Amino acid sequence: MTKITPELIREHGLSDEEYARIKGLLGRDANLVELGVFSVMWSEHCSYKSTRAHLKKLPTKAPWVIQGPGENAGVIDIGDGDACIFKMESHNHPSFIEPYQGAATGVGGIMRDVFTMGARPIAMMNALRFGEPEHPKTRHLVSGVVSGIGGYGNCMGVPTVGGEVNFHRSYNGNILVNAMCVGLARTDKIFLSAAKGAGNPVVYVGSKTGRDGIHGATMASAEFNEDSEEKRPTVQVGDPFTEKLLLEACLELMATDAIIAIQDMGAAGLTSSSAEMADKGGSGIELDLDKVPQREENMTAYEMLLSERQERMLAVLKPGREAEAEKIFRKWELDFAVIGVTTNTNRFIARHKGEIVADIPVTSLSDAAPVYERPFVKRAPAAGQPAYDSKKPVLDSLAKILAAPDMASRRWIWEQYDHSVMNDTVQPPGGDAAVVRVHGTRKALAITTDVTPRYCRPDPFEGGKQAVAEAWRNLTAVGATPLAVTDNLNYGNPQKPEIMWEIVAGIDGIGEACRALSFPVIGGNCSLYNETNGEGILPTPAIGGVGLIKDVTRQAGIGFKRDGDVIILIGETKGHLGQSVYLREIEGREEGGAPPVDLATEKKHGDFVRGVIEQGRVDTVHDLSDGGLLVAVAEMAIKGNIGADIGQASLADAIPFFFGEDQARYLIAAPFAEAEKIVAEARAAYIPVTELGKTGGSEIILNDKDRVALAKLRAAHEDWFPRFMGREEIPLTN
Amino acid sequence: MKSAVIVFPASNCDRDAATALEEMTGKKAAMVWHQDSELPDVDLVVLPGGFSYGDYLRCGAMANQSKIMGAIKAHAAKGGAVLGICNGFQVLTESGLLPGALMRNAGLKFVCKPVSLRVEESQSSFTRKYEKGQTVTFPVAHGEGNYYADDETLNRLDGEGRVMFRYQDNPNGSARDIAGILNQKRNVLGLMPHPERVVDPLTGGTDGRKLFESLIEALS
Repeated sequence: MTKITPELIREHGLSDEEYARIKGLLGRDANLVELGVFSVMWSEHCSYKSTRAHLKKLPTKAPWVIQGPGENAGVIDIGDGDACIFKMESHNHPSFIEPYQGAATGVGGIMRDVFTMGARPIAMMNALRFGEPEHPKTRHLVSGVVSGIGGYGNCMGVPTVGGEVNFHRSYNGNILVNAMCVGLARTDKIFLSAAKGAGNPVVYVGSKTGRDGIHGATMASAEFNEDSEEKRPTVQVGDPFTEKLLLEACLELMATDAIIAIQDMGAAGLTSSSAEMADKGGSGIELDLDKVPQREENMTAYEMLLSERQERMLAVLKPGREAEAEKIFRKWELDFAVIGVTTNTNRFIARHKGEIVADIPVTSLSDAAPVYERPFVKRAPAAGQPAYDSKKPVLDSLAKILAAPDMASRRWIWEQYDHSVMNDTVQPPGGDAAVVRVHGTRKALAITTDVTPRYCRPDPFEGGKQAVAEAWRNLTAVGATPLAVTDNLNYGNPQKPEIMWEIVAGIDGIGEACRALSFPVIGGNCSLYNETNGEGILPTPAIGGVGLIKDVTRQAGIGFKRDGDVIILIGETKGHLGQSVYLREIEGREEGGAPPVDLATEKKHGDFVRGVIEQGRVDTVHDLSDGGLLVAVAEMAIKGNIGADIGQASLADAIPFFFGEDQARYLIAAPFAEAEKIVAEARAAYIPVTELGKTGGSEIILNDKDRVALAKLRAAHEDWFPRFMGREEIPLTN
Repeated sequence: MKSAVIVFPASNCDRDAATALEEMTGKKAAMVWHQDSELPDVDLVVLPGGFSYGDYLRCGAMANQSKIMGAIKAHAAKGGAVLGICNGFQVLTESGLLPGALMRNAGLKFVCKPVSLRVEESQSSFTRKYEKGQTVTFPVAHGEGNYYADDETLNRLDGEGRVMFRYQDNPNGSARDIAGILNQKRNVLGLMPHPERVVDPLTGGTDGRKLFESLIEALS
């Protein structure tokens, strides 16, 4: 038997103290298989050992929350017996090493998290962060990630309806690929992972197990260095065809009442799925590894338990229902095997070739896993209005900003995603939030992902608040009532006190905003150690938000719709330029503080805007965020192909007025009579409101003198991405 | 009009086709599993979009070997209407029910967007409710929609009025901007754009409705 040496322990990503704890729990030395099992279950990725103590502070409850964090995904009630199930998860480390497969399997993994709970996935989103455009790897990574997401999602037939993309040098060595899946189920047909009861068959379905992705969870819990390329074999390979079969077969089985518990095999594969199911069910589990369908010969117990082969599920069935279940999986030409049984011993036991190869108390893999209150060091948040050249011509700057890497049209990306399959996409990518109808009803879900990482570095707390506020605002801007969020917390190394502070403050900011906006967190994922050679990423707590539109005919989009509409600004413009897109793109500096978020104001302004959309009085709304007021006007004009004539309504200086990134603001465009009523109602409610100008023509006109053709702005906005990616003109064959 | 939608293991526009058919005809379409060997008594068979068997090989190559294809070929031989959309078009060219082949998009990327199409012929069961020369907008969503055939075949398609839809702004490099073609007997239509995704003003428009209205008028 392999001797457990200090080197072996370290290779498994465990500390000496952690191994001592393992010995205490087992009452003896671990064997190699057990060491592997502990290594993945106690990895940061699976155990949340650095963040668990802080995540507890997040608000997770509301009357409409059916299932909060702790299951494969969160569940909310959207009325009429319908439930919405969703979650966002990262696949950062694998996507950097192997972008196509890393991103593809990220999509596959999050879809399984959602359909394992009984939901049919109806929409995908993704939040992507890449290094600076000039970095030699960036184009390769963008191209691989986008085709990986498309390759998997398109084959599954689930529309990819939106997302966000940033470029920043802090991601040069650690890109972020966060994928979100939203599904629909009936509230009385939700499947959980608690394997309650003893003597129930444990069945394995899906792909055969191979030697792929062993120790992916451990890799995802460590920093990168120059040798990271050598980690390529730890990246899994996706097979969307098998996943599609697995989806249909699982939903078919779920239509029966044969299932007690079900869970996908994601990170840490068979080990984590079986141990977590037993743990949640308060039971034990015994696995016979000889029965596991295997793709390769002579696989060891260690390999089978740790393989991260994709497209597999583990289910606990009611006794006697195996044949019925098997028939369904055989119809879909998938492997099906009874590989174990639940017990009442509270032990995780694996047998291989007649021997017990692992025998571990179940709770030692979950509750007894270490929780660290890692030390953190506060940094004073940056503040102050940075200097700027007030003479720079506003419209030239607008054209530059619209063509900046973070601001340019993402059409190049989303045209590679099937965003209209399933025939329910009401608002495709390119608006504030995607809107997807609940099939066969008048209801719709609004979906968005948001975070502004450049705000989170100088002020992780306000940055965390802002991410939630912006998600809430984007849902509001289409007319949806925001219901819940999933958070995907991407940070650097938590063992560095300054990074740990970013994590703690970020979670506090998210928690404060979610509480104030009645926008509970129902699930999420942490991705730490996003560092290469000691350099951490910008703190990036991505927020995936979901809202409900009760009547899909009453919703708003960003494009101007008519000539002569009055353009109304809701909210106060103070001209905050710290960390603004303007400062970075025009002045070439990243400095100053994050814009402060007043949550009571957010709520008041948002509720007002949503109200006029719900009443069917307004169909054109855009929230103000990156780039500020003038960028928002330009986006509305470009989208609707209608110009605008606006004036500087306040502040002495044009630049902070047009480009400041103050929060809690929206633009509305409405016909004159309606606009007058809205302005009067806003004033009566003490909401700052300004009539900026009106729609019409084919130019943006400022203060009746400066003007720029919409065609020019559109070209700047649309051209950047295809040009960056090496514009290929499509050669025609005739 | 009675209709059937073929379900291959990784079809993914089967529900969309069925929903559109039900919306347009008021009747549920029969969903026919790829391992069945017989079709129910129907007027129209739809081969939907998707990835049939994953399409890791050539698109539609494995679908053409499936059990149900015999019945579909027999249905077509009897003059029954067959509509192949996207992956369905690929299956129809693989099976020889339509000439030519669909290659990887010239831009080498999957492309999903609304495209403008010219209706080239209104003399068919599929297009009789459109005006000849009319422009319609359907979405495309494919990685392999680059239609290829030799010049002789292309000349025949043109000469016999069998090119039904042509791209106004070619998204995939198709020969002669071809988006959809008929077989010689004019009862089998294959097209890359998705008419079933444009039957509802809320989700992309209604330009596809006339294709279904044409079939209802011709086959009922």
